[in-house]
Amino acid sequence: MTISQVSFGSHEPVLDVKDLTVKYIGDTRSTTAVDRVSFSIGTGEVFGLAGESGCGKSTIANSIMRLLKDPAKIAGGSISFGGKDVLALSPEELRRFRWQDVAMVFQSAMNSLNPVLTIGEQIVDIFTTHAGYSRKESMRRAGELLELVRIDPARLKSYPHQLSGGMRQRAVIAMAVALKPSLLILDEPTTALDVVVQQEIMAQIKDLQRELGFSVLFITHDMSLMVELSHRMAVMYGGRIVETAKAQDVYANPRHPYTQALMGAFPPLTGPRLPLTGLPDGVKFRNIPDLAEAAPGHFVAPFGADASVVESVNLEGAAR
Amino acid sequence: MSHSLVTPPAVSNTGTPALEIRGLGKTFPIGGLFSRDSVRALHGIDLTIAKGEIVALVGESGSGKSTLARCVARLEKPSSGEILIDGVDVLKRDRFQASRAFRAQLQMVFQDPFGSLNPAHRMDHFLRRSLAIHGRSGGTEQETQTRLEELMTTVGLQADMLNSYPHELSGGQRQRVAIARALAVEPQVILADEPTSMLDVSVRIGVLNLMRKLRDEQGISMLYITHDLASARYLADRTAVMFSGELVEEGESLDLLANPAHPYTQLLVSAVPDPARAGSYDPVRRAELRQAVMASTHCAFHGDPNQACSSEEPVRHQVGDPENRHWVRCHLYRPWAAAGSHALASEPIQTSHPSSNAQEEASA
Repeated sequence: MTISQVSFGSHEPVLDVKDLTVKYIGDTRSTTAVDRVSFSIGTGEVFGLAGESGCGKSTIANSIMRLLKDPAKIAGGSISFGGKDVLALSPEELRRFRWQDVAMVFQSAMNSLNPVLTIGEQIVDIFTTHAGYSRKESMRRAGELLELVRIDPARLKSYPHQLSGGMRQRAVIAMAVALKPSLLILDEPTTALDVVVQQEIMAQIKDLQRELGFSVLFITHDMSLMVELSHRMAVMYGGRIVETAKAQDVYANPRHPYTQALMGAFPPLTGPRLPLTGLPDGVKFRNIPDLAEAAPGHFVAPFGADASVVESVNLEGAAR
Repeated sequence: MSHSLVTPPAVSNTGTPALEIRGLGKTFPIGGLFSRDSVRALHGIDLTIAKGEIVALVGESGSGKSTLARCVARLEKPSSGEILIDGVDVLKRDRFQASRAFRAQLQMVFQDPFGSLNPAHRMDHFLRRSLAIHGRSGGTEQETQTRLEELMTTVGLQADMLNSYPHELSGGQRQRVAIARALAVEPQVILADEPTSMLDVSVRIGVLNLMRKLRDEQGISMLYITHDLASARYLADRTAVMFSGELVEEGESLDLLANPAHPYTQLLVSAVPDPARAGSYDPVRRAELRQAVMASTHCAFHGDPNQACSSEEPVRHQVGDPENRHWVRCHLYRPWAAAGSHALASEPIQTSHPSSNAQEEASA
């Protein structure tokens, strides 16, 4: 069984993002990092967000967590979580919303552990702060949590540097699911890890997801990993979503030229050696229009000579 | 996107190999000043790279890939073994440190293009320096300038970028400059240590294609060190798998990844996400593999009572068609068990140079 063949959750959306626009406002000019992005994530669904560095993936994650700092500003749109308007939460509500409703595993999460506290102290901290358990009760739960991600509870007394990269990452994931959030945001959770460890961590996330039933927003640039893991996915380019559909559909039949290029950037492990080009030389998309339904459930931004300006630039310009 | 089939170039097996590593070993002392403990980072590495051939070295972090690269680049002094470039043992020729002649034959491209270029200098400086140090700049300023522009064109950059500072370039462009700097010396061998792992996904394939082009057009040999099996398969003629400081399997890239014989290789291959492959993730099988592989330090099946020869070093077995030069070192390998795909598997291979293989022969 492949891990992507797990049944879908219901279509009751947990998270609904509508026309989200985020700008980085400078003194002289401002940049639109996320431009009118809409998507929703159902209960128990794994939703993937793919794209290269700088396309706005992490900015979206940070907007959902309300972690954006100046000069970034949410310039428009709405984010609703289980019916609540995330953008209107008071500081006290926000404190509860973070970690209890939505938890996030950051890029290079391995370095997000405090080096001078033991793993146990850091997990206990979550329980005492957010759930109000006693220290003893918290410690017991912390042990259970480590067992959940298959780390020996004796490791509660270890400091982060005494654990391997994979174990640290698993500890961070355990901390993220400590309060049984209904949405887990994974921002490139395995980028710094070896393939074998990566596969184990992703399998673990999948197991946890089945057990605890949370939804996942999964952000990565690795298309193969994304297709294996997600139910539905969206491909981003320059702050816009250019294509969204079931992960298998995107994989089998990528429609937007950028999606095709991104797929073509990963050499396959089977079949004959074909020359790959990645992003075609000197192609850049500008003024990407809104998504249109190209096939049932398969939305693609119209492209072509009239709809989006395809501009010729030099080879390296296309990559930036 | 074109879909023509790329045929792997015919690599001649005759002639002196560009780089030959024989029985290379490296131990690092650990513990205090008077401690005699040491950790074995490399053991009995034999690897040959023919002229105009790219060999990929794959393995996880900590398997010794980078130590091997550092030893071959002579940034680290190997404890034992020989390194032959063009048939000459460079460890004997320049006993204490790498000579300029050696550096002219072998150049390196490092993982981090952000750290390997001095931010205070223009691109022009890096290439000019390479040319000057190795006496390749030609007679006149005019010739040097022409050569610089040529180098930039070769790596797919525009000549006017010579006046740029590193911060003005993207990661992919910087890595191309790092490759141009290595090329300036006109080396026979380029040692590339994870050259694409820090680059953005969309530019990785461009750098791989550039390396392939250099092999095809200039006949440069490369040792491509990576943990990305798919890119190894895409770029390299042959792939060698490293596990806890030893080479455990080597062969023609497509064949090796299609028919991995060593449990560690199987583990690596099974871990790569590939939606095209049905059943790419079987947790039970993977847990078994993982346990078997991680249970020991030297050989996966060291100390297994069912393995009669497990107290000895494993011998090399040929896998499949001899043309693929695919071999594995594993006690568990049973040619008949895999008869379906390896019908031609045969007796242990007798290797040519006795010094480093004495133990293997003893066990055979």
